[in-house]
Amino acid sequence: MENEAGALSRVAGLFSARGYNIESLCVAPTVDETLSRMTLVTRGDEQIIEQIIKQLNKLIDVVKVQDMADAPHIERELMLIKVQAQENSRNEVYRLAEIFRGQIIDVSESSYTIQMVGPGHKLDAFVTALGAIPVVEIVRSGALGIARGPRGMAVPEA
Amino acid sequence: MPFGLALRRKTQAGFDAFGSINLKERKRVELSGGQILVECLKAEGVDAVFGYPGGAVLHIYDALFQQEQVKHILVRHEQGAVHMADGYARATGKPGVVLVTSGPGATNAVTGIATAHMDSIPLIVITGQVPTSLIGNDAFQEVDNVGITRPCVKHNFLVKDVRDIAITMKKAFYIATTGRPGPVVVDIPKDVTDPRVTIPFDYPASVSLRSYHPTVKGHTGQIRKAIDLIINAERPMIYSGGGVILGGASAQLTRFARLLNYPITNTLMGLGAYPASDRQFLGMLGMHGTYEANMGMHHCDVLIAIGARFDDRVTGNLAKFCPTAKIVHIDIDPASISKNVVVDVPIVGSVKSVLEEMLPLIEDAGGAKQPEALTAWWAQIAQWRDMRCLDFKTNGDVIKPQYVVQKVWEITQGDAYVTSDVGQHQMWAAQYYGFDKPNRWINSGGLGTMGFGLPAALGVKFAYPDEEVVCVTGEGSIQMCIQELSTALQYHLPVKVVSLNNRYLGMVRQWQEFFYSGRYAMSYMEALPDFVKLAESYGHVGMRIEKASDVEGALREAFAMRDRLVFMDFQTDPLENVYPMVPAGAGLNEMILV
Repeated sequence: MENEAGALSRVAGLFSARGYNIESLCVAPTVDETLSRMTLVTRGDEQIIEQIIKQLNKLIDVVKVQDMADAPHIERELMLIKVQAQENSRNEVYRLAEIFRGQIIDVSESSYTIQMVGPGHKLDAFVTALGAIPVVEIVRSGALGIARGPRGMAVPEA
Repeated sequence: MPFGLALRRKTQAGFDAFGSINLKERKRVELSGGQILVECLKAEGVDAVFGYPGGAVLHIYDALFQQEQVKHILVRHEQGAVHMADGYARATGKPGVVLVTSGPGATNAVTGIATAHMDSIPLIVITGQVPTSLIGNDAFQEVDNVGITRPCVKHNFLVKDVRDIAITMKKAFYIATTGRPGPVVVDIPKDVTDPRVTIPFDYPASVSLRSYHPTVKGHTGQIRKAIDLIINAERPMIYSGGGVILGGASAQLTRFARLLNYPITNTLMGLGAYPASDRQFLGMLGMHGTYEANMGMHHCDVLIAIGARFDDRVTGNLAKFCPTAKIVHIDIDPASISKNVVVDVPIVGSVKSVLEEMLPLIEDAGGAKQPEALTAWWAQIAQWRDMRCLDFKTNGDVIKPQYVVQKVWEITQGDAYVTSDVGQHQMWAAQYYGFDKPNRWINSGGLGTMGFGLPAALGVKFAYPDEEVVCVTGEGSIQMCIQELSTALQYHLPVKVVSLNNRYLGMVRQWQEFFYSGRYAMSYMEALPDFVKLAESYGHVGMRIEKASDVEGALREAFAMRDRLVFMDFQTDPLENVYPMVPAGAGLNEMILV
């Protein structure tokens, strides 16, 4: 979409006005700094998804809409998670982070902060695997998506 | 002479005495933001701006004052300004232009903007904003107008630099008038129109947006598929809506229906797109549609939807809607297709272009292929028509509202521009004033805005001073924008106001009678004003008509006063209902007839 003030609220406003749900939403400028790319995760049956796509296309600031779920794609989310890591659980947290290919990016006497990237369900699985180890805080970015294969998302000419 | 002083127009470098830019000097003339805005309006061929001044738009008003090409109509409330521009747009097909100030000026305009948005009417609404340096500071008369109007516009802009005014205005007109039309708001902070800041002016000849490419031409394969379905129909039905009027495709629609000899119904917004007096016309459909139109919809085998959007007031219960029909849907807005009702053959494109493409294909195919089935279908329709669902009982000298509308039709020879407010009178006007031409029936169908009728009528009258313009209203609705009677006097806009005064908020009362066991909660209008005196105090002619036998004479007298606004207060039957009626949750075949 156009990298302009108000573009994001047009999208968010559309979802709330029409009663569609937003599970997550991620947006940042692209290499072409006049454009932003938004990855939005939503749920609905085929007819609702079709309506959402049509309604998004009607927004003047939206340049192109692609349903990632239509084709093979990669989905990644970033999670920063701060867990209590005291003497008895310190090793266990470290080991779990290794298994899930997370990185410990901050350490204190009583905590680890772990950075983890993956599809949403992997991040969920890590949180579950922590079991009884107390979680202090979780920050998740929401999903980003990109199509598999050599082709990129083309932007129409003006 | 103080007036002479006030009205004298200064001439500035590069301008002639009328404030037009001298073309030879154009290249080196530098203009302020306010002047640029006015030049943009001229370049777009705008002849009128409906508005109300205030602090944030003073620079623009000053620029407007120093020229004569673009006229300004000073309203009495900003809602009235938007409805006037809206009426003007609906009647002429050109975009209406509004100019209001920041804060309350802008919020007062919101109801009008939402009204236009729901009915896809092209408007350019210029709103003032506090200076850029104060935005976000809770400044005097500040609201986030782009934020407030976002859900009820086609698009909106905040212009933060004088150099962006021209391109933004070009985009605004382009977006408002192309594709599925709609209102565009342009919010302009005061400093952007500062007369001390001038820049060279150059209005772009065209504009293109990478994210906005409305589809005009329908998909050829889909058109062929549709034709196949259409010509082989045994019980066809054409259902056309406001899109045909907005798309200027009334002639194409008429040829299409006649070529096939298929029955046709219009939505509330589509009335006039097909001549009401034609034998193929079954009347309006939907909640207060005719028996024959709704039964035809329910029993048809092929439904041809043209520029209509399957609104809930049209479909009734979706589960019971057109149970046996294959549906072809032509619409310029892809989001209107399969939104409420899943269709079999969608065609995205302008109705005019698609119908023009269809007509020769139908001719080549030799027209409709099922003449025997069609004859039987018309015989069935004739039986439904024999129910005479719009007949109403008269009751001595009590004025029946339907009768008043019939007489208005007779006296204006069915050729007036008729605006309405919202409620029972709106339905009676739609049912009993047979519109033979498009753009003549002007009402708030989507949003259902009471207060729309009078200002809309004034907008139409401004556009067409020689045409008869009638506002059919009720004593409830008219009081929501009655202050515009004052605007009517100032700009000499002698419309005729036909008020069907039943002393009730009639449609509310009707629902309370049917669905709330007659508990008339707050639907009775006590303490009504004396509308005759009210009209007179605004400088117009007021008439009060109490007997059915006086209706025709009063109307003739009123319409004979060509250059006066006449307010006719008809004391009508307080308990009359609008029939037929499809109750909420029912199918179109489940009408209450009387």
